Amino acid sequence: MDANQDADGWGALADGTRRAIVACLAEGPRAVGQLAAGLPVSRSAVSQHLKILKDAGLVEDVAAGTRRIYRLNPVALEALRDQLDTYWRRALAGYADVVHAPIEEN
Amino acid sequence: MGQTEAVTVRKQIVVDVPIERAFTVFTDRFGDFKPREHNMLGAPIAETVFEPRVGGNIVDRAADGAECRWARILAFDPPDRVVFSWDISPQWTIETDPAQTSEVEVRFYAESPVRTRVELEHRHIDRHGPGSEAVFDGVDGPQGWPLYLDRFAALLKEGR
Repeated sequence: MDANQDADGWGALADGTRRAIVACLAEGPRAVGQLAAGLPVSRSAVSQHLKILKDAGLVEDVAAGTRRIYRLNPVALEALRDQLDTYWRRALAGYADVVHAPIEEN
Repeated sequence: MGQTEAVTVRKQIVVDVPIERAFTVFTDRFGDFKPREHNMLGAPIAETVFEPRVGGNIVDRAADGAECRWARILAFDPPDRVVFSWDISPQWTIETDPAQTSEVEVRFYAESPVRTRVELEHRHIDRHGPGSEAVFDGVDGPQGWPLYLDRFAALLKEGR
């Protein structure tokens, strides 16, 4: 993987193993060991993939004793919608200002 | 709550200009009214160009000449309608996979010869990635995830 893919959050899903991890997490929260047990990759590889998914905002982790439990982040898309809602509210307000301004004669 | 509503942003505004001018200002001067803090160039934007044709782009250009093409024009029907893709990921980077982009439609209706209603719909926001369905349907427990997973799988297939 390259740096661009890391930076582009949803590009994190281009990898088959990461899609499999997301599919597992879609069934419920899991620890790294539980995820590795169900996948044909090592525990450390799963950790690497989880880090990428976490950096992309798709997955979040919580401490549970000495383990970390991973789960899908359900608020990412809700946050995106809010962001776009704000974006267009401001854009249309700006549009009204521009459209109502006197026409410049150049 | 309907899934379509949950992943759609709708806005409208009425402006006191003829429909032709409402359309022209929206497309010609898009860069003059879009919120400025949002750009992916990491440098001040010198101009934003809304290329007025299907297959064109909306392009931000920085003062140093860098370009960011962040939308594809999907429909351009003056003075009634324009549709463009939203090729921006939730992290404000360019999304290169069209299957993971959303879509903006802007429609113009003449309420009178000097008054125009502009309706904007930003739809398919869920295409930007997983995570929306369970939240928007108010299903936030384990029982909601299988439903979400089916949707997600369908999205991945579309992306192939």
